Amino acid sequence: MSAEFVRVDGRLPDQLRPIKMVVGILDRADGSAYVEQGNTKVLVAVYGPRELHPKHQASPDSAMVRCRYHMAPFSTRERKTPAPSRREIELSKVIKDALSQAIFLESFPRTSIDVFIEVLEADGGTRCASINACSLALANAGIPLRDLVSAVAVGKYRGHIILDLNDEEDEAAEADMPIAIMPNLNKVTLLQVNGVLTEEEFKQAFNLAVKGCMEIDRIQRETLRSVYSSIKGEED
Amino acid sequence: MKTFKVVSQLVRTRIVDLLSKNSRIDGRGLLEYREIKVEKGFISRAAGSAQVSIGSTKVLAGVKVELGEPFPDVPDKGVLTVNAELVPLASPAFEPGPPDENAVELARIVDRALRETETVDLKMLCIEPGKKVFVVFVDIYVLDYDGNFIDTSSLASILALLNTRIRRFRVEEGKLKYEDDYMPLPIRHIPVTVTLAKPDDGPFIVDPNLEEELSLGNRISISIDELGRICGIQKLEGMLSADEIFKAVSIAKDVAPKLIEVVKREGGLNV
Repeated sequence: MSAEFVRVDGRLPDQLRPIKMVVGILDRADGSAYVEQGNTKVLVAVYGPRELHPKHQASPDSAMVRCRYHMAPFSTRERKTPAPSRREIELSKVIKDALSQAIFLESFPRTSIDVFIEVLEADGGTRCASINACSLALANAGIPLRDLVSAVAVGKYRGHIILDLNDEEDEAAEADMPIAIMPNLNKVTLLQVNGVLTEEEFKQAFNLAVKGCMEIDRIQRETLRSVYSSIKGEED
Repeated sequence: MKTFKVVSQLVRTRIVDLLSKNSRIDGRGLLEYREIKVEKGFISRAAGSAQVSIGSTKVLAGVKVELGEPFPDVPDKGVLTVNAELVPLASPAFEPGPPDENAVELARIVDRALRETETVDLKMLCIEPGKKVFVVFVDIYVLDYDGNFIDTSSLASILALLNTRIRRFRVEEGKLKYEDDYMPLPIRHIPVTVTLAKPDDGPFIVDPNLEEELSLGNRISISIDELGRICGIQKLEGMLSADEIFKAVSIAKDVAPKLIEVVKREGGLNV
């Protein structure tokens, strides 16, 4: 990787976009979070564990995670129709799979944990920003977790392996690869490759993504710590 | 009885125990596929079709080619769309209705491998840029589900595309003229998908059957083309470490040539 390769927005190949994270931003939800990564803006609410309807879908020995990833009509360059697209159905599923691994589902039999994701503005990396926000919102809801889940996309853009693609890079990329990990358990809970990569490029991209996830994990923890230490301060 | 979401604890334990001794419940090797059977041109009204069985999992893919409009961002290319149906006759757990998340995910995994490798040379299917192109529909029908419908569907799809014949055409002053004979689609690559599963502690296997799929908990699909390039990955349920993922990719690269061999043989390619 050439160190001097400068990206469309002036970043270095291994540089994340500016990140903003807020937890507990919604009043009614059991847990909520708002995440910005560059221009990408995502709002997440978590409800539950709560009684699952319809009841026949309930699992007798664990909670069931239900997830809706949805893009607001004004989030994209062209208006997106609000009806769920095939892409949104797939992303809802892979995000659900990525989060389920982190939750102690067996502690809440017969219940549902409902995760609602609204992408308010889409500028690349929306599924990863969503996972980062979901993880914070689950923690904010007080749901016991094995670990936080941190996610970022990497890709191959004009022959360079780069971190945290924006929309412009994503559209021109030869390959993009969203990854979510549980950093302390060293487990990957989401991995998709969309594009063509050699095995060598895949490994290089993977390792870069893990580095990015570690940095995001640090920011997530700081965000949670700042909220809860200030609450603790009020009580003391 | 086999159902979709349930496997008895006894079977599950047996499968995991056997794997710790490097053997499988149906006697296969860890990296061995079930028997693969192919029937081409099964549907004469389709432009191309293929029915593929891996063990008792059976998938029928049909191709239709119609005239349509290109996407605005690629006005000079034809369109490829992949759709999958988990029809209710295939499993007690499949229900009638629009494609659910599993069907959508299946279609998109197959679609990505075909699209990203530019398997169908869509530039050759443009008639009038921005106005008129050929649209290639690949419809996947899962008919009998005994695990691993992803690899079965990816084989059926590429074989149906190779089986497809369209009326030979030429473009004269932007007008479409048909010839009397038929021609194959311009196919440039052969992507196949290898699905692997593993228990939390134990080795990877390829081509999990239904009981294995339900017992092992961790699964990943990796698409590889005839050049050995990775052209799609989808982690399915469960979680894997970095080393396990690298291992899975390396196994998929080793196993894929056998599937590509099947495609070449059945697709009538002597490449």
